Amino acid sequence: MSGHDHGEDGVSRRKVLECMTWAGTGVLWTITGGVPRSLGIIDSAEAATAAAPGMAFLQISDSHVGFDKPANPNALGTLEEAVNKINAMPTKPSFMIHTGDITHLSKASEFDNADRIISQSKLDVHYVPGEHDFLDEEVKFYRERYGRGTKGAGWYSFDAGGVHFVGLVNVVDLKAGGLGNLGAEQLAWLEDDLRGKSKSTPIVLFAHIPLWTVYPEWGWGTEDGGRALEYVKGFGSVTVLNGHIHQVMQKVEGNLTFHTARSTAFPQPAPGTAPSPGPMKVEDAKLRSMLGVASINFKQNEQRLAIIDTPLQG
Amino acid sequence: MRTLNRRDFGVDLGLTLAAAILLPLTTARAEGTEMEVHIDNFVFQPAELKIKVGTTVTWTNRDDIPHTVVSAGKFRSKALDTDDKFTFTFTDAGDYKYFCSLHPHMTGMIKVE
Repeated sequence: MSGHDHGEDGVSRRKVLECMTWAGTGVLWTITGGVPRSLGIIDSAEAATAAAPGMAFLQISDSHVGFDKPANPNALGTLEEAVNKINAMPTKPSFMIHTGDITHLSKASEFDNADRIISQSKLDVHYVPGEHDFLDEEVKFYRERYGRGTKGAGWYSFDAGGVHFVGLVNVVDLKAGGLGNLGAEQLAWLEDDLRGKSKSTPIVLFAHIPLWTVYPEWGWGTEDGGRALEYVKGFGSVTVLNGHIHQVMQKVEGNLTFHTARSTAFPQPAPGTAPSPGPMKVEDAKLRSMLGVASINFKQNEQRLAIIDTPLQG
Repeated sequence: MRTLNRRDFGVDLGLTLAAAILLPLTTARAEGTEMEVHIDNFVFQPAELKIKVGTTVTWTNRDDIPHTVVSAGKFRSKALDTDDKFTFTFTDAGDYKYFCSLHPHMTGMIKVE
């Protein structure tokens, strides 16, 4: 599904924030080194009074449709399992973001298959591209499908539930010896996009390659990601959601929360634990515990988002 | 620069020997020479290759992830899937830095003399 409009919408975020009384309900999870840790449970009485709606959305990433190597001979199948998992969730999320590498080789058939499966979620999906989505000769398949209403190589912003979302592209025009790249044009656009926003507006930045430096030896970082983070520094709540590294990783720095999602296709090794970041073959029985999706919940009284990583199995 | 050595031309060159002597030595020796670079574990191997003008280099991707071979303004492969190859013949001397445009930390060098 790509039938959403990335243009400005008429929702006044400030108004939403003024009118809503947000409250935390349920369990707030934080994930450290891939291990979920409960930060606290709000008692049922308090939870019962917390009638104000929050907002929940989903992140899927790195579906690599078309991948058929030993690490997972059926990446389309595990994507479908992920979508089934989403459809079975008790609370229907508002929408989904896909943080890139939809396909493995940017073939038209791979994009078609991905869309056929992902559309079964019946959710609006906001995409950003991964480097695997720009491999076709004319570099047009991704743009034709998902580029409508976007700027440059496919960046855009939108508002939902009082939160300002910014989808960034850091997989084009990469420089030899470097990392992911946003580029001057996109950074200027981002600065402009954030100008005038109330500092109490929660911000979500999402992009394929981590915007923070995870492990430069494997290219896991963004050369000019620090510039983007400068622009959001003054905001009270900033969440950075990425993919690319096919594993859960989280870091919190002041008001900034960084989080990477699992792939739905194949796991990759932890930084430096293998000769390369390539697909990691694990026992068949273990594969689905290393694939999955992420649910992100906003509760306005909580400065941090609650992020729950759900593996396909286990 | 090597000095001219009759043995370098080999017996099979026979009658072409006289013609070959008239050409620069390096050209005569490199014509039709083939070299290989492998991509294994996100690394170009060998990372640096010294070749003569006229040499053809073939890159083979042996990873389970696609890579490219790109030298700005000189050559650019399409995305190479597993076991795909890219070939380029170097007709001009010089240093050719190249990298994988998908994983730019992967870099290599071809020195052509």
